[in-house]
This record gives sequence, structure tokens and C-alpha cells, in this order.
Amino acid sequence: MPTVAPLDLDGHVLAVEFLGDVPFFASANGTFHRLDGGDRVSEAHQGMLTAIRDPHSESLISGGEDGKVLRISADGSVSELASAPRKWISQVAAGPQGAIAYSYGKSSLVRLADGTTKEFAEERTVEGLAFAPKGLRIAAARYNGVSLHWIGMNAKPIDLEWKGAHTGVTFSPDGNFLVTSMQENALHGWKLDSKPGAEARHMRMTGYPTKVKSLSWSVKGKWLASSGAPAAIVWPFQGKDGPMGKAPLELGTRANIMATAVKFHPLEDILAIGFIDGMILAVRIADSKEALLRRPGKGAVSAMSWSKNGKLLAFASEAGDCGVIDISA
Amino acid sequence: MTDAISTQKPIPVTVLTGYLGAGKTTLLNRILSENHGKKYAVIVNEFGEIGIDNDLIVESDEEIYEMNNGCVCCTVRGDLIRVVEGLMRRPGRFDGIIVETTGLADPVPVAQTFFMDDDVRAKTELDAVIALVDAKHLPLRLKDSREAEDQIAFADVVVINKSDLVTPEELDVIEDIVRAINPAARVYKTSRSGVDLARVLDQGAFNLERALENDPHFLEHGHDDHVCGPDCDHDHHHHHDHEHDHHGHEHHHHGAHQHGAMSAIHDVTVQSVSLRGGQMNPERFFPWIQKITQTQGPNILRLKGIIAFKDDPERYVVQGVHMIIEGDHQRPWKEGEKHESRLVFIGRDLDREKLETSFKACEAVA
Repeated sequence: MPTVAPLDLDGHVLAVEFLGDVPFFASANGTFHRLDGGDRVSEAHQGMLTAIRDPHSESLISGGEDGKVLRISADGSVSELASAPRKWISQVAAGPQGAIAYSYGKSSLVRLADGTTKEFAEERTVEGLAFAPKGLRIAAARYNGVSLHWIGMNAKPIDLEWKGAHTGVTFSPDGNFLVTSMQENALHGWKLDSKPGAEARHMRMTGYPTKVKSLSWSVKGKWLASSGAPAAIVWPFQGKDGPMGKAPLELGTRANIMATAVKFHPLEDILAIGFIDGMILAVRIADSKEALLRRPGKGAVSAMSWSKNGKLLAFASEAGDCGVIDISA
Repeated sequence: MTDAISTQKPIPVTVLTGYLGAGKTTLLNRILSENHGKKYAVIVNEFGEIGIDNDLIVESDEEIYEMNNGCVCCTVRGDLIRVVEGLMRRPGRFDGIIVETTGLADPVPVAQTFFMDDDVRAKTELDAVIALVDAKHLPLRLKDSREAEDQIAFADVVVINKSDLVTPEELDVIEDIVRAINPAARVYKTSRSGVDLARVLDQGAFNLERALENDPHFLEHGHDDHVCGPDCDHDHHHHHDHEHDHHGHEHHHHGAHQHGAMSAIHDVTVQSVSLRGGQMNPERFFPWIQKITQTQGPNILRLKGIIAFKDDPERYVVQGVHMIIEGDHQRPWKEGEKHESRLVFIGRDLDREKLETSFKACEAVA
């Protein structure tokens, strides 16, 4: 079994991301812990709600109960990007050239690197935000669908409608598909590359016993892995119609132990699966071969992240028992 | 293995309803400022007049989600799911959560959120729904809105506030109206939201066992045959035809000065049906209650009851919201206690006669 370097933190840890080879653990109490020759702490929020890796720069973006949107740099320094007093910022996204998006209530906001901010009014509360891979537009998940806004233009948004509450949203790496997680234990997808004027085609991905809270695309976007079942449910996206009419893979199946976090390896089609009891498996897509990376711990695995070279897997836990697994050992 | 997962005690949630001006903010301010040794996180629609600086006051837009299961009454509050999830990541900060609703809010989606969302249900427990009523303006509210009535009908505890602004006779009438709408609620009269907080917080009213421990005389209020109680619902359907007669009749009892208040009861569209029966046959009762809640769920705001099953040494308690129903054994029947079944439905367009006969048909053959 690979070696695990534990990091025991207090309370719920909601995210973990690497900057360089240093893992940053985002704690719900508002602090970042980075394992950089010891546990180093950055005070960030009065209560943190979300933290993500900016895929376009070596930094993290976070939102909190204090209404702040912050950028955290590799040295642990914290800078404020936006502030909305007394609002909860539970959704943030990062785009190219220093652009970020965040939301509160019925507004999505995009802040460009120069500080100019553009606000998009939504009909319903925004529950998920994502930049398209090319960064020209953002998707805002909401009740009864998703709104796609062009950032640089004053064009009307494209509304993708599907009845029900959409609680998260992600673009496929090639930008051809948009997938949401829903309140009712399902994913919904739209194929975006249809001809102008034609309606986007729908994909329903159902059968989950619980809500899907973690999604991860494989390195080339051939697969979309999801939590919400006693296995990782992995949908095939290699065909031009995505998973339509196809069955998903079920990887790392365990009897009644729910998968709570999934993360694809950055170089190979290998999936890390974290479970509600703290166990972590790595599974190779090609042959479904499983390797145990961590035995059950104190709480559910809330997030995982691979280092750039894919040799380290950091994991966060709802109970604070986090750590880093060295799979090259 | 399960020991490692969520051994946390569920956090109690109190839902505070009441029409605009009924005194919710005053009550909230008392809860937040008085020294009762407990800390509460409060979810409000607007910070408004809460003059207290507290990190644990969260503003939230009331957002109703219909569930995609084809059932129109299966609604939840999406904003509550999000906020509760956020709050529960740091549960050590507070002992309970209070949800304040707007005056016009439907309390049902709020309550159903705590039954229908698995995440919320795993970490919290609905403690009680409290309705504040403005004694002075209730008759007017009942005339111009359905929400005021719904809030009373749905509540576990009704606090009749501003009682100092009406005469004792008027107050009695208001209490009668409240009990006519909801015979199963506990009712308190107060002014300036001065109700004892111990009567409002940590009630366990939605916890079947505790609710009945706290209220041994459940459904024995004796108000069922109240002058203008549930039985007068017949008149509502023929409101205009019977209005004159009916008022004439009431005047004998209450005198002319109460005309305004008594006519308010005609604006009540909620009715309650209280059923009593002997020992039940579980093989008949369960399919029956399932069918009733499935077919009449949209009309049923609340149902509560104690059921005596034949040859069962324990009392069985049930309660429901629309189509959601829960039941469990509560405690052994006490010696000398009469093994009888009591059930109350609060709702609209309930067919009393049919409910009575079909309930009776579930009785066990002696």
C-alpha cells in the first residue's frame, strides 16, 4: 500500500488543491493549510464555503460566509478580489487572463483582471458556475436549467431549460458538452455543438441513490466520473453523442458504502474514488483494476486532488483527517 | 464502520411563521438577546429590523423547488438546503437553527425540506412550527389571505400576540378561531411577543414521541364541538345563502359587538376532522392511511394521531404533512388507559363523513 502522510485538521475540510507540489487544504472555518515543509496556515475567511484551483494560474479562488472572494497565491498570501457584505459566496469559478466569476442570490458576476465587474441577472438563485474552456462564456446553473452568458458581449443569454433544480455545472474539456448535477439524484447533459438555432440535445443520466456532489473529467474528456452511488459512476463521452444510449462504468463498487468524491489522474485514465467512510481506491479504467490507497478514516472524503505529475494524491475529509498519498513509493 | 460516520446529534430546527406585523422580529430579537444559555443560527428573508449583530444570521431568498416526481405538493426550499449544508459544516457554533419565513410564506415547503432532502434530514430535525398571530388583525388577515390561515393550520404552537390590544372577550373569540382552524396545536396568549421561550424552542413537536409526552391531552381539548368549529364548515360552502341566518344565530351567544370577529370565522377555509375509534387492525389501517395521503395529500396540511392496534401493547403514533407520513411505536399503554385511536386531519375539502366511515372500517373485529 502507498504511504500516507496524514494531516489532522479541526472540523470540515471542503477542498484540497495543489499549487506546484504543495497541497492546500481549505477548511470550512475559513483557513487554508498548506503542507510546505510543515503545516502553514493562511487566515482567509470568516467561514469558507468554496475553494477552487484557478486552472489558468498558480492560485486558488475562494468564497465565504463573509461575502468575500479571495485569491490565494502559492506562497499562501491572500488578496481580496470582491466583497458583498452579508452575502454568502458559495460559488466561484476562474477563467483565463485573471477573470473570475462568483455569485450570490440571483446574480452572477464576472470580474476581469483590471477589476471591472459585469453583473448578469438571473431569474433564480445561481447554484453552480463554470467558465467554458475557452473562457468566453460562463454557465450559471439554476432552477429549471442553465443560463449561458457571453462575457464580452451584451447578447442575450442562451437558456438551456430542463425542469428541476440544477445544483452544479461543468463543461467537458472540449466544450462540446455541458453537464449539471441535480437536486433529484441525477445528472443532466446538453450537447452544445448543435447547429445555430437548433435546440441543444438532452442527456439524462439517472439511477443514483443519492445526490451527485463530485464530478471529474478524464484527462482528454473521454469519461465523466461521478459520486452519488456505492461505486464511481463513469459516463462515456468519447462518441460525438456522449453517453446517449450507453451504460456507464461502475468502478470500485462497495456494498452500500457511498462514493463521495472522485478525481481523475492528470495523465492517465486512472480514477481516485473517495468514500463516505474515508476509504480511497484508485481504479484503472482500461481493466477496472483496483488499488487501495487509504483505509477507512474518521469521516467522508470531501475532495481529492492530484499533483501535476500524478505522483501525489491529496485528500480532504469532512471530519478533518486529511493527508497526502504518495503513489510512486 | 458506521460509528465513524456522523454520530452527531441532529440539530433542532424551529420554523417561525406569522403574518407581517405579528411580532416575529420581536420574538427573534428576544431569542437572540435573552440569556437562555443557547446559541441559535437564524435564517431570515431580510435582515430588516433585527438589530443584533450576529455572525449566525443568514439572509436567504425563499426559493421553492418542485420535486420532479409529478407530485404538486412535493415542494422544498432550495435556499434552505444550501444554507443548512453550509451551517452544518461548522455545527459547533450553535445549538439550533431558526428559520423565519416571510409573512406570505407557505410553511409547507419549509417543513418538507426537513423530510425530503436526504442531506438536510441526516443532520437536522424539525423541532416545531410556530405561528405568531396578531390578535387585533387576525379577522382581517383571514379575510384577505389564505396564508394566515395556512400558517395557523400548519403550526404545532400558535402564539396569539398583541393580546393587550383587544378586549378579553375578543381574545376568547380569536382563540376559538385558532382552535377551530387547528385543534391539535398548543395555543399561548401573550403581548409584545412575551411568550415564555421554553414554550417555543426545543419543543420536539415534530418528534412523535416527545410531542405526545409533552401533550398528554392531545386531541382532548374539547373544542371539537365549539360553536363555530369544524362542524360549521358546511356553512362555508353556502356562505352567501346562510350568512344572514348564521349571524343571527351567533348573536345569541356572543352579542353584537363581536360581529366582526365572528364573521371572520366564515373566512376560514381550513377544516379539521377529528376521528375517534377503538382498536385498529393494522392490515386495514396502514393501506387506508397510505391511500388517504396518496389521494388526498394535496388537501391535507397536517395529520396527527395515536393509534391503538389490537393485541399491540404499545401506542402507535403517526403524523404527516401532505403526502409525507411517518409513524412509530411510542410507549406501552399504561394500566387502565383506554385503548382507543385518535386521529386529526387538518386541511381543505376533507370529506368528513367518508373519513369517519373508512376510519371506522379499519377497526379490528372484536
